[in-house]
Amino acid sequence: MKNNVAELQVAALQNGTVIDHIPTDKLFTIVNLLGLMNVENNMTIGNNLESKKLGKKGIIKVADRFFTDEEISRLSVVAPNVKLNIIRDYEVVEKKQVIMPDEIRGIVKCNNPKCITNNEPMATIFHVIDKEQGTLKCHYCEKEQNKEAIKLL
Amino acid sequence: MENRSLVSIAGLSKEKILYLLEMAREFEKNPNRKIMDGRVVATLFFEPSTRTRLSFETAANRLGARVIGFTDPKVTSSSKGETLKDTIMMVSNYADIIVMRHYLEGAARYASEVAPVPIVNAGDGANQHPSQTMLDLYSIYKTQGTLENLNIYLVGDLKYGRTVHSLLMAMRHFNPTFHFIAPEELKMPEEYKLYCREHGIKYEEHTEFTEDTIAEADILYMTRVQRERFTDLMEYERVKDVYILHNDMLAKTRDNLRILHPLPRVNEITYDVDDNPKAYYFQQAQNGLYARQAILCDVLGITLEDVIEDGKKC
Repeated sequence: MKNNVAELQVAALQNGTVIDHIPTDKLFTIVNLLGLMNVENNMTIGNNLESKKLGKKGIIKVADRFFTDEEISRLSVVAPNVKLNIIRDYEVVEKKQVIMPDEIRGIVKCNNPKCITNNEPMATIFHVIDKEQGTLKCHYCEKEQNKEAIKLL
Repeated sequence: MENRSLVSIAGLSKEKILYLLEMAREFEKNPNRKIMDGRVVATLFFEPSTRTRLSFETAANRLGARVIGFTDPKVTSSSKGETLKDTIMMVSNYADIIVMRHYLEGAARYASEVAPVPIVNAGDGANQHPSQTMLDLYSIYKTQGTLENLNIYLVGDLKYGRTVHSLLMAMRHFNPTFHFIAPEELKMPEEYKLYCREHGIKYEEHTEFTEDTIAEADILYMTRVQRERFTDLMEYERVKDVYILHNDMLAKTRDNLRILHPLPRVNEITYDVDDNPKAYYFQQAQNGLYARQAILCDVLGITLEDVIEDGKKC
């Protein structure tokens, strides 16, 4: 019941995407990663809503916006467990999960200060060497870093 | 054009390593040729390294190439704030190969991605130094007649020693048994031990360095234990004299043992070892010339066949 009440707190979508089960401290990071602060679409952002799984959660509903797999994979480093519901004509027609890609480009900052990527205007590239642990290896300096230590650019 | 750059030893297959060693052997037979006649090699040393630079420049000169470059980044535009990419793009207009040493890690990989000419990594920070590894491999190959099934003892600073890490990774193809001899603070990092386990490389760890521990060695690879690496200077004082090789420690060792050191040496091999026929570090440095001649030719697309054919003219 409580879930229903929470859902009712935000407008129902005719067409668009619901991003659910967002850890509350990651909500605005996700808004940024998906570039949602600059779009004109009708959008509802909720935070600290009650959640059975997380205790509290954030949720984003964007009308008339459907994310590509590449866009979704960007979320893998900050919130691998969010769920996306694709809505068409008020119905959930598809559910998507975040899939950790093999390679992450231009999102994560290398935490090695002596890495070329921190000293040159260039994009970072990381190879995901352990998807479960979330271990990344810098394509340039070859240093490994864990999910916990990740900083975004 | 296919990028033929040499950035890291880890990317080389067993066949490729053996191929480059074979080419180095051809150059050792006759290091003075004209096979790179008309080519220009740029040596860009964003961080000084006299030894490596002289070796590369000698390799190029003895093959008939001309050399341009700088040895001190203070005189270049990078000190004015020019990006690495801009420097590399500019020099690519002049040279057929860029040999570069940089203080930043990953610099050579990045350069190889933006440059239209091949890049040879002559060291990028603490990351990779593949030509050093090639000359180490060539020295082992030459003195032992094979790279297979050898007992290799790495001694000293195994934590920060870039050369020992690269050597370890390159040897994965050849079923070695490694012995890591280091003080507690400078022991082989977990990630490299994990690498060994993943690749089925046998290893043992020791903190003692005595004539008994090294009796079974085929290769003794010494490195420098540097004071600045220690957080605890008491610990440094305690171990600094432990990892020094004296001639009398070699009495029980195998006849085929050879002692390697990437140089410069300070005090970790006493001078009385120099006259022992098992000391090999000066020849090792000379092998760098042949290894680097092979690397320069390979990145230019000059094949082993070309080198052998050219050798007949000498």
